[in-house]
Amino acid sequence: MPDALAAEPPPLSQDDTLFARILDPANRANPYPLLARLREKPVRRQQDGSYVVSTHAAIRSLLFDPRLSSEDLPPFRRPPTGNPLKDWLLNPIKDRIATAHRPLIFRDPPDHDSLRHLVMEQFTVKRVRGTHDRVAAVVDTLIERCRGRDRVCLVEDLSYPLPVAVICELLGVPEQDESQFQSWATQLSTALEPDARRDADTRRANVASFDAIADYMRALIREKRRKPADDMLSGLANHADPTTRKMSDFDLVSTAILLLVAGHETTVNLITNGMLTLLRHPHELERLRADPERAPRVIEELLRYEPPVHFRTRKALGDIAVAGETIPKGASVMLVLAAASRDPERFPNPDIFDPDRADIQHFGFGAGLHYCVGAPLARIEVEIALVRLCQRLIRPRLAQDPPSYRPGAALRGPAGLEITIDGIV
Amino acid sequence: MSALPEPGIVIVGASLAGLRGAEALRLRGYTGPLDIVGDEPHPPYDRPPLSKHVLAGELAPDATALPNLVPLRANWHLGVAATGLDREARTLRLADGRALAYRRLLIATGAQARPWPGPERAALSGVFTLRGRDDAAALRAVLAKGPRHVLIVGGGLIGCEAASCCRDLGIDVTLVDPNPTPLARSLGTFVGGVVAGLLERSGVDFRPGAHVELLEGDSFGGFRRAHLRGGETIEAEVAIVALGAVRSTGWLAGAGLMADAGGLTCDGACRALAADGTPCEDIYAAGDVARWPNPIYSGRLISVEHWGNAVEQAGHAARNMLAAPDDQEPYAHLPAFWSSQFGINIKAVGLSEGADSVAIVQGSRAARRFLAVYGRAGRSIAAVSFDEARWLPAYAEQIRAGRPFPPIRDATDQARIEIHAPGFPPRRSEPAAREIVDA
Repeated sequence: MPDALAAEPPPLSQDDTLFARILDPANRANPYPLLARLREKPVRRQQDGSYVVSTHAAIRSLLFDPRLSSEDLPPFRRPPTGNPLKDWLLNPIKDRIATAHRPLIFRDPPDHDSLRHLVMEQFTVKRVRGTHDRVAAVVDTLIERCRGRDRVCLVEDLSYPLPVAVICELLGVPEQDESQFQSWATQLSTALEPDARRDADTRRANVASFDAIADYMRALIREKRRKPADDMLSGLANHADPTTRKMSDFDLVSTAILLLVAGHETTVNLITNGMLTLLRHPHELERLRADPERAPRVIEELLRYEPPVHFRTRKALGDIAVAGETIPKGASVMLVLAAASRDPERFPNPDIFDPDRADIQHFGFGAGLHYCVGAPLARIEVEIALVRLCQRLIRPRLAQDPPSYRPGAALRGPAGLEITIDGIV
Repeated sequence: MSALPEPGIVIVGASLAGLRGAEALRLRGYTGPLDIVGDEPHPPYDRPPLSKHVLAGELAPDATALPNLVPLRANWHLGVAATGLDREARTLRLADGRALAYRRLLIATGAQARPWPGPERAALSGVFTLRGRDDAAALRAVLAKGPRHVLIVGGGLIGCEAASCCRDLGIDVTLVDPNPTPLARSLGTFVGGVVAGLLERSGVDFRPGAHVELLEGDSFGGFRRAHLRGGETIEAEVAIVALGAVRSTGWLAGAGLMADAGGLTCDGACRALAADGTPCEDIYAAGDVARWPNPIYSGRLISVEHWGNAVEQAGHAARNMLAAPDDQEPYAHLPAFWSSQFGINIKAVGLSEGADSVAIVQGSRAARRFLAVYGRAGRSIAAVSFDEARWLPAYAEQIRAGRPFPPIRDATDQARIEIHAPGFPPRRSEPAAREIVDA
């Protein structure tokens, strides 16, 4: 049972200064010097018994180790309502169901595999490639809206609305409903933040957001069953292949929520981080403008250099020897992917942004069995967005550097990115 | 007055090991003369696709050329077999009568398909072995014509892959193997039983424990039917003889090296051993043909007939060839192979030979998606995965470190671990010198 070890996590000790400083919003703009210090000791035990892992070799071996579980969240627990029927009967049942049917990023094989397989059946190459023209049209519309202004607010003008529009269309979620679930999605993504996980108010807010978005999804799924359309949610809800097991309705809801939320947060950061990095390296921006064929190189280097996901947590199911340490059974493990992607043992001159580097096996989309399902889609969106921004913004430059950051340390990205321009082509 | 050119490095064998060895020499800065001798007329090509995509018709036989990763500036002698070696004079004799002088020699002649015993029957039209590109092209041409029935003799990797391709092409297949299951020699009958299930499910007529005694031809010299021990006959238009490989060492007869049908024996640094057991400082070997004491298996003499070893050992031999005699690094290698058949990806690491136990440690046999580990005297020595390769590196690490068996407890997707007998058939007596004479 995955939740046997999931007691309340102990509070973060004041002694664990290095990782605590990485979590500290004050260091959000440039955590990389701290990540370099982390790597001096690849596997570090924290006061609370958790472990922080930071080198490429150690993280790589752990990502491919079957003793590392993704079922590391504490069980779902709805706060007391004062209504005994709910508190003693209904909510505990709902808690157990929600805990057992977490989305697949929090699941292990074999359940993870069958869920992922069903998602991949919908996330087809054809469907993903088919977004290309639509992404281009959305990007052009969004850029066009900035005409006449001398400033672009990248996050609200483009980085946020673009992935939302694309994932809504792919899933079959009416885009006009977006205002409803925007705050739920932001709230739910704190499940990846260690600080937020420890916070009782956050956990309560997560439960409320989950219930709200789950209600929304259940209604939408009913609609997709009544009137199937050519979208992923219809495909998942009306699974017709008799040779594979279909998704339970509980898993269907959590999967739909995951796809929606994941499409919200990470791609936003990748686009914003990407433009920020190009504006800090005007020569590279100019080269990309002149030669859009460079985009794949630029994007892979971005995923290494300024990745949208800085770390993920796991749980050790057994004792695991790695990099001279033994992570004991039951320990929570923080895999600092962003530190691995800047590991000088793996990448020469790791702190230099160099799209022409020959060897670039970054962890920007993770690795192993939880490798990002949406990676091909993200690459299309980011490529089109960055190339068009470079080509259409006249003399873009940063109005503020560093920008302000969103609170997340795991999902790290600017809250806003103000770009001064001389106009739009 | 012109001095004779200083003899350089000669590589015998123009397949994967020969090519990667040559590249490694150049990458390590060797700029001298480089000669590469190959008995086939083709430039180096990749063998794994031959029994898969080429037979299936998805890849043309000549589309298997290996990419050349480094400019070689080599003299290629293709379509010319090496016929002998004079160690005193440091020369290699070629089939066209020429001789090549060398300062260092890399022997990478690989192996050849073990032929059907009896050259007359083996030469019947419709009887094939499957080792080289020409074999695959000829067999593919016949399969493309849609024969009704193919007989496959031998349920090893090549036999099973060929069976899988034939079934995909809609051809009836009978597969005859002396063991109780396919792949019994490499994986044991416990895991081999899963493959037997795959054969059955795909409609292969599998004959375990059966022996082909005679391949019968018709008056036009074409294969007609096979006679099994016990009197049964199997009618088929095509017979694929998949009885494993014999190391290509026949040409070394009389060279005074420790060579036989099992390979050319080397020291730990990949240097060929003379008949008196001393290493030759100027002769190295790599790939299928080389047999060397592998430190990972306590210095046991092994040879590895797999793709990864050809690449790695050739690179290692190249390193040692350019190094001083007192700077020879021993070669340690964890063997690995893969196969794809009946829609399943099989990958294995380690040496399962001599295993006394096996356990499923991930997934389940019933789901045909699992990872099994082999143990010997309480140590983990090998692992095989069926559609579950993602965890293989973790187990490979445990095997390399000689961890206890079973090596990893408390893993995801791990049922209660039950230990079984692996079911390896008794060791086949090594075929004697006869084959050297034949070759």
